[in-house]
Amino acid sequence: MTGILLEARDIGKRFGGVQALKDVSLTINSGEIYGLIGPNGAGKTTLFNVFTGLYPRDSGEVQFAGKALDLASPHAVAAAGIARTFQNIRLFANMTALENVMVGRHVRTRAGVFGAILRTRAERTEEAAIRRRADELLHYVGIADRADDLARHLSYGDQRRLEIARALATDPQLLALDEPAAGMNATETGALRDLIEGLRRDGLTVLLIEHDVKLVMGLCDRVAVLDYGEKIAEDVPEAVRANPKVIEAYLGTGAA
Amino acid sequence: MMNMAMREKLGLALIAVALVALPFVLASAGTAWVRITNFAVLFVLLSLGLNIVVGFAGLLDLGYVAFYAVGAYVYALLASPHFGLHLPFWVILPLGAAVACLAGVILGAPTLRLRGDYLAIVTLGFGEIVRIFMNNLSAPVNLTNGPKGISRIDSFQIGPVNFAGSDTFAGLVFSGPIKYYYLLMLVLLAVIVVNRRLQDSRIGRAWVAIREDEIAAKASGINTRNIKLLAFAMGASFGGIAGGMFAAIQGFVSPESFVLNESIMVLAMVVLGGMGNIWGVIAGAMLLSFVPELLRYTVEPAQRALFGKLLVDPEVLRMLVFGAALVLTMRFRPAGLWPETRHRREMNENRA
Ligand SMILES: Nc1ncnc2c1ncn2[C@@H]1O[C@H](COP(=O)(O)OP(=O)(O)OP(=O)(O)O)[C@@H](O)[C@H]1O
Ligand SMILES: [Mg+2]
Repeated sequence: MTGILLEARDIGKRFGGVQALKDVSLTINSGEIYGLIGPNGAGKTTLFNVFTGLYPRDSGEVQFAGKALDLASPHAVAAAGIARTFQNIRLFANMTALENVMVGRHVRTRAGVFGAILRTRAERTEEAAIRRRADELLHYVGIADRADDLARHLSYGDQRRLEIARALATDPQLLALDEPAAGMNATETGALRDLIEGLRRDGLTVLLIEHDVKLVMGLCDRVAVLDYGEKIAEDVPEAVRANPKVIEAYLGTGAA
Repeated sequence: MMNMAMREKLGLALIAVALVALPFVLASAGTAWVRITNFAVLFVLLSLGLNIVVGFAGLLDLGYVAFYAVGAYVYALLASPHFGLHLPFWVILPLGAAVACLAGVILGAPTLRLRGDYLAIVTLGFGEIVRIFMNNLSAPVNLTNGPKGISRIDSFQIGPVNFAGSDTFAGLVFSGPIKYYYLLMLVLLAVIVVNRRLQDSRIGRAWVAIREDEIAAKASGINTRNIKLLAFAMGASFGGIAGGMFAAIQGFVSPESFVLNESIMVLAMVVLGGMGNIWGVIAGAMLLSFVPELLRYTVEPAQRALFGKLLVDPEVLRMLVFGAALVLTMRFRPAGLWPETRHRREMNENRA
């Protein structure tokens, strides 16, 4: 499980007058936790949205697991093996926690209208497997006791975990987390850290946007820094932390 | 103490017995009541079809009656003297469902990018286009016979039993409407089973996911375009089946039966009963079908008895009751009279 999993080349994205991404290239290796940091508005979320096909890009290509990624359709990206969470949580609010995760299995299952109407043996077997897997994932992220609660009744921290469980349900190779610790208290952040480390142990590659510097520096194998849509650094955490360009980006000109 | 499952079974058995006996009870009050019930069941079928599109997938469709029209005309054209074709109903009904399904895809495909209000306007236009087509496709080739409509449509025939006349069996008189009633009940049962199965399936969950958050649904790997098209197609098929049965029961179709008002009526049934919940939708459709008829039969005699003359036309009252029912529901039970279990569970939680 070594080698390059994702390679992005010269990604560009403009919103009217804002150049949100400018020729961003990066490579993520299989099995690593890759951090993506940068000041507010640097373009981190935009990069996620381009990778997952939610925003059309202006330029650039992405190779994933050795194949060109079809960035025009989000479901194809999910099928290829990239799953994500959202900075401002997007759950299916009026579905139960379990159902949310079951939806994540959609892309790995096949039953159609006729299977459902006739309740074929294949359909029933598949439904049971979906339910079982969803249940396992709720246990995995530690919210199995909330399985039958509506997603919108979960606490903030549990909602973030549920989003991770739903993303994991798509059997991703790369899990992209957009500020998973935002709004969490110290205990919740600690538990999240354990969860992400567990994911790495289980062979998953993680792309992590995070403002919590301690979390990023402690977890990540490598970190890239975006500033005004440009990648200004990419290295191991210690080197990034010492990089004058990075210090300047965070503290402003003249502060370094 | 009986357990829940037993209680439920017993309840269902009682309902079944009541439904089997119902047409004879109604017939004793006049065959008109059996007919009224049959039309109410047709509306239940329509509401259940629209519920897939609006309730499950959250796509506001204001032109649903178009599919009803398509089903009705397919039946009328293939089983009437108009073209001299007299195919059996078990051939035409599935065909009508298929053609309506196709119409659903044709409507769905260009509207997939639209949401909310915009979708409502386009579907409304589609409904009107279909009706206008029916109105005008009488020249140069007389396809639909225009506003005059198509009459003398064949009634259903199963073996020796024709649904137009009466048969006596075991000392009971089975009039045409009573036979249609039983057939409608069978179709309704099938539609309910299909709806419930779809609801707890991979596809049903995908519909609800799209309704809840389309972006998250996409990112979770749902091909939202195809799954929405599927909702339109399934909803339209149900409409097509109901339309075919309508044509046979009525014996006559014309574009007038498929005006925008009918779409709005069906939508009101879905919303009043409780979007997304099958039983709520059935209750809504029954209520909005029966109450106006009850008024029609009670208000006029009551006024004549009280005042000696008719002061308020029952038709006016009908709209009044209709409007009041919707306003009150939206005010006091915004999720409908009998909302989706998810919503109900949540209300119980709040009480606890
Ligand atoms: N949909 C959009 N329409 C217009 N401009 C946008 C849109 N999305 C992002 N932007 C702009 O693109 C730039 C990058 O935004 P982005 O959300 O990617 O930043 P970010 O690095 O995720 O910031 P934060 O840390 O605050 O989440 C910002 O200037 C933002 O205003
Ligand atoms: Mg962001």
